[in-house]
Amino acid sequence: MEIFIAAVIAMAAVGIVLGAIIGIAAKVFKVEVDPRIDLVTELLPGVNCGGCGKAGCADFAKSIIEEENSPSKCPVASQEQVSSIAKALGIEVGDAVKKVAVVFCGGDHNQEKIQTLYNGVNDCVSASLIAGGPKGCAYGCLGMGSCARSCPFNAIEMVNGLAIVHPHLCVGCGACIDTCPRNIIDLAPQDAKVHIYCSSPEKGAAKMKVCAVPCIACRKCVKAGEEDQFTIEGFNISVNYETEKLVDKSIFENVKCPTGCLLTEAEHIKIEEAQNSEVA
Amino acid sequence: MSKSKGLTFKGGIHPTKDGKSLSSSAAIQDAPLLEEYQLIIQQNIGAPPKLVVAKGDEVKKGQLIAEAGGFVSVPLHSPTSGKITKIDNIPGPMGVPVQAVFIAADGEDQWGELMSPMDWKTAEPQAIKDRIRDAGVVGMGGAAFPTHVKLSPPPEKKLNCLILNGAECEPYLTADHRLMIEFPEKVLEGAAILGRAVGVTDIYIGVEVNKMDAIDTLLAKADKYGIKIVGLQVKYPQGAEKHLISAITKREVPTGGLPMDIGCVVQNVGSAAAVTDAVVEGKALIERITTVTGVPIKNPSNWRLKLGTPVLEAIKFAGGVVCEPAKIILGGPMMGFAQKSLQVTITKNSSGILLMKKDEITQYQSVACIRCGKCVDACPMNLQPGSLSAAIESEKFDLASKNNVMDCVECGSCAYVCPSHRPLVQHFRRSKAEIRKLTRK
Repeated sequence: MEIFIAAVIAMAAVGIVLGAIIGIAAKVFKVEVDPRIDLVTELLPGVNCGGCGKAGCADFAKSIIEEENSPSKCPVASQEQVSSIAKALGIEVGDAVKKVAVVFCGGDHNQEKIQTLYNGVNDCVSASLIAGGPKGCAYGCLGMGSCARSCPFNAIEMVNGLAIVHPHLCVGCGACIDTCPRNIIDLAPQDAKVHIYCSSPEKGAAKMKVCAVPCIACRKCVKAGEEDQFTIEGFNISVNYETEKLVDKSIFENVKCPTGCLLTEAEHIKIEEAQNSEVA
Repeated sequence: MSKSKGLTFKGGIHPTKDGKSLSSSAAIQDAPLLEEYQLIIQQNIGAPPKLVVAKGDEVKKGQLIAEAGGFVSVPLHSPTSGKITKIDNIPGPMGVPVQAVFIAADGEDQWGELMSPMDWKTAEPQAIKDRIRDAGVVGMGGAAFPTHVKLSPPPEKKLNCLILNGAECEPYLTADHRLMIEFPEKVLEGAAILGRAVGVTDIYIGVEVNKMDAIDTLLAKADKYGIKIVGLQVKYPQGAEKHLISAITKREVPTGGLPMDIGCVVQNVGSAAAVTDAVVEGKALIERITTVTGVPIKNPSNWRLKLGTPVLEAIKFAGGVVCEPAKIILGGPMMGFAQKSLQVTITKNSSGILLMKKDEITQYQSVACIRCGKCVDACPMNLQPGSLSAAIESEKFDLASKNNVMDCVECGSCAYVCPSHRPLVQHFRRSKAEIRKLTRK
């Protein structure tokens, strides 16, 4: 019995001494943390996607407090979230243009010619290292879904050998852009609803040999649109997202792109999903 | 000559059917002149050469087409005399389109002004190196690394051993074999010139013992130049730089290092012959010996092809095909690149054109690793391919990097022996690309 009491007393004594040490250490070695960092971190989406370029949401919050970044640099946060952070900190935020990723290729398994039998790792980076990949076009989507796997928000779907971004799920973090070995994914403003789904700089005839839906730079869309709405680079035309007046849906209806590479986002997804169900 | 079995290294494989007998007795033939050559501009590793000609220009054989675009770069010369009709993209040997100069031959095949012949025995080493660069000589075994760069180590690294690679360990290829039999003087003289350029007198030529005729031919003439001929065991990848050094000198290149770190420099026998042409005759590198072989080829043979010869024409030279080919490989079956177009043209590193018929190739279904360890035995770089590929499949590139995936020479020995047919080399290539991307950031 005695030994039992001794043990209890000894443990209690050790507990009191250690507790006192911790108490003192907490006072002496206290690190001042800006309480606003915690506040901002809580207001941020908390997905730690790294789309802002920082290590995570807490790191980004710190950079906001240090006035290195504006809250609107967070690609995930909605406009309300951004303004609530701005309000909490009493700062102004400019209107940031919300951007989403677009895969600039419309060549799925039906439309793009497959030139080689590929029997390797199901990964775009690996495939691109072997003879440039199985597809005929050296600038087209390889269709093995490396971008879809890299997307933290499941916003990319592989349909019939083509990566498609669902804009309502995409937050524009840019993870897919870094992954794609073909460099055909880029960010476009969420308000831009019409895109030219082709990235190949090759000549029109060369593109037609390997793909049914390339941009052949016929300039029908350029003529129909207003000045500055399109950019012509070599043998490829792309929508200019920098301009004041973005291309609207009427262009799609009026121009009737002869190859069908100028599409609205909705139409693009509709076409691919319809083809997918045909295949299935 | 040492043991009859020959010297070797740890690991490697013995492909059961090496296919060399198809073309090993066919003497080198000069290819007939074509009407058009499509000369790919970048034929070397490193900076792309800069074009100095334009559409419509008349060129002579050996005339400069593009000048070196940096230190790690070499100039490019016209393979024949004629007119430049256009400059356009053509399918490249790596599968991606590349820029090429189209030269319509005038049928004269007339040399322009040759560089002045040099007496290499008295020439300054730097002058020899400059000549090798000006003639556009690169590693002709397959890598196409500019030769003069290998010969110019930083001053703190002293070279004391030069090895010429005549192993030709790739199955099917016999271009180097024929070169050593038919032009032993060119190879030996090239070795001596390279030795003078780097100030090395300890010179070896390593040849696999399945080419005894080449060894005998070289041995008969080697004494004059003080060059040692070494028999090597028949094993793949015996001709890989690091393994050749290990077999002949027993020195090991350290992880992440280069042969120059242990005082060695390795050159291909084909490059040595090109060096002789450049220094002794003043001729630029505009043609190479290429094996056109495979079961579907009517007359498997060795050809002296001008750079820019389309693969299709080369196949026609060898009599065309007797059955439908299912795969076309530029280079050997182990390290070569499968092609998707016959429009691809011969470059400075095209050691062979190999056709395979359908029942020779198999589409394997890759399954899970059974941890048998065969890949570990086969790896000549002492890596653990099985566990590396597991790390890469789960995208743990830092772990792969820690386990030295960057040392992989992509020889394919592991994938060759894998009973689960795992695409090991492909994983390693991807991993190397990802790690390089990360370190660049």
